[in-house]
Amino acid sequence: MTDTASWSTIDCDVHLNVPNMQALLPHLDGHWRDSVIDRGMSSLESISYPPNAPITSRPDWRGNGGEPANTLEALRSHALDRWSIDVAICNCLYGVQLLYSEDMAAAFAKAVNNWVAMEWLDRDPRLRGSIVVPMQNTELAVAEIERCAPDRRFVQVLVLCMGEAPLGRRQYWPVYEAAERHGLPLGIHAGSSFKHAVTSLGWPSWYAEDYAAQSQGFQTQVASLVCEGVFVKFPKLKVVLMESGVTWLPAFLWRLSKFWRGVRLEVPWIDRAPAEIIRDHFRLTIQPFDGPDDPAAVAKLIEHLQSDDMLLFSSDFPHWQFDGDDILPAGIPPKLYGKIRRDNALATYSRLAGQAHESGAPAN
Amino acid sequence: MAKHVIAALREFPAGTRKLVDIRGRQIAVFNIKGEFFALANRCPHQGGSLCEGRLTGLIESSEPGQYRYSRQGEIIRCPWHGWEFDVRTGKSWCDPSRIRARQFSVSVAPGATLVEGPYVAETFPVSIEDDYVVLDA
Repeated sequence: MTDTASWSTIDCDVHLNVPNMQALLPHLDGHWRDSVIDRGMSSLESISYPPNAPITSRPDWRGNGGEPANTLEALRSHALDRWSIDVAICNCLYGVQLLYSEDMAAAFAKAVNNWVAMEWLDRDPRLRGSIVVPMQNTELAVAEIERCAPDRRFVQVLVLCMGEAPLGRRQYWPVYEAAERHGLPLGIHAGSSFKHAVTSLGWPSWYAEDYAAQSQGFQTQVASLVCEGVFVKFPKLKVVLMESGVTWLPAFLWRLSKFWRGVRLEVPWIDRAPAEIIRDHFRLTIQPFDGPDDPAAVAKLIEHLQSDDMLLFSSDFPHWQFDGDDILPAGIPPKLYGKIRRDNALATYSRLAGQAHESGAPAN
Repeated sequence: MAKHVIAALREFPAGTRKLVDIRGRQIAVFNIKGEFFALANRCPHQGGSLCEGRLTGLIESSEPGQYRYSRQGEIIRCPWHGWEFDVRTGKSWCDPSRIRARQFSVSVAPGATLVEGPYVAETFPVSIEDDYVVLDA
């Protein structure tokens, strides 16, 4: 067993970016490698984080050419070493979810996961991975979980906030069955497969609107997972909302629980207030927090959560969510520091406490 | 508490309901398949008139997609926000220990026993040949 007692800080959201298609080629199976070359596919980048958008990288972490920080050395010096992070959970946001071909999506998911394992996890024992899955096809998504799960350095399943259908739908349940069975939380990260507009009203004009709308997407996913009864079916499943913002949550707990009282007969499997279910099953990474400047107001917001177990420390490296070393928003009660930095993550990610190197990289 | 004659039985058939005023208190009385139930006509949530609510059954489930429907007609839904109350207990479904509608007992008595009192028949004469609905409030 890993000696978690000595850990002080677990970072639950750092980003690795596939630098270019060339980097993935060695990790793609033969047919798909040749297809990429034959078709002249040069890039599979999402527009969720345009390289020059301010939020994509802290300015002091950009390279000499202004490019977002994207090397192991940068991750070490700017985050891991700087804040004495013992373990960091890596989320690779690539264009896998944007593809329309289910098979190609599966091929790229596999390539990305292998790239994460070999180029990152193998090179720093502090790093853990999230399994990118092709949610375009549930069977293929489950197969990718089964392929990666023996490598216990993969600690969660990664999906985007905005996919093709609400995540609570039964078509996705085999994914949750596999995740629960392997002790993998479902990590939902900000971002869209761009199969639908990023707001329920249609396409906004500006990036600020897109990024702000993510929290609406998260609310919809929370409501879907709760109301469809995912946690009745999979009572051990945990869901981590990453880069979701935090401060919208208390108001949403009140709102969903209120409406449940009036129309609960539509969802009779929900036999307690949604707020209680959410507190039991959902966790949120703390960057961005989206809080007010006044520390007293921040403390009040934390109080409204009515739970000490929900927040997980994250730097969101290399995204620009805070400056200097202010990794926790001012106003967080000091009695929660230990829970946020370490204990809540250990309670959420059962694999963190286990053997990290059971069977090496995922099998081909 | 006193016993009030609120209707002749034959004028209060199964499937109907009646709003009665007992010294300024509004009470909703239901005849459900021949059984009488009475609740304060004020939803403990925000005061909606329970007498105007819909009577439904009890829907329960042990798993998503499975529906177990029982006790048809014994759950009153407040017309304002849809909160459900059990007409047998007055308890709300969502928060039964904290939120409940006040319940009163109702019985049916023959007129012969009523003409002698101590019953209060406020609005109509009681005849010894008929049965009457009596509210204890």
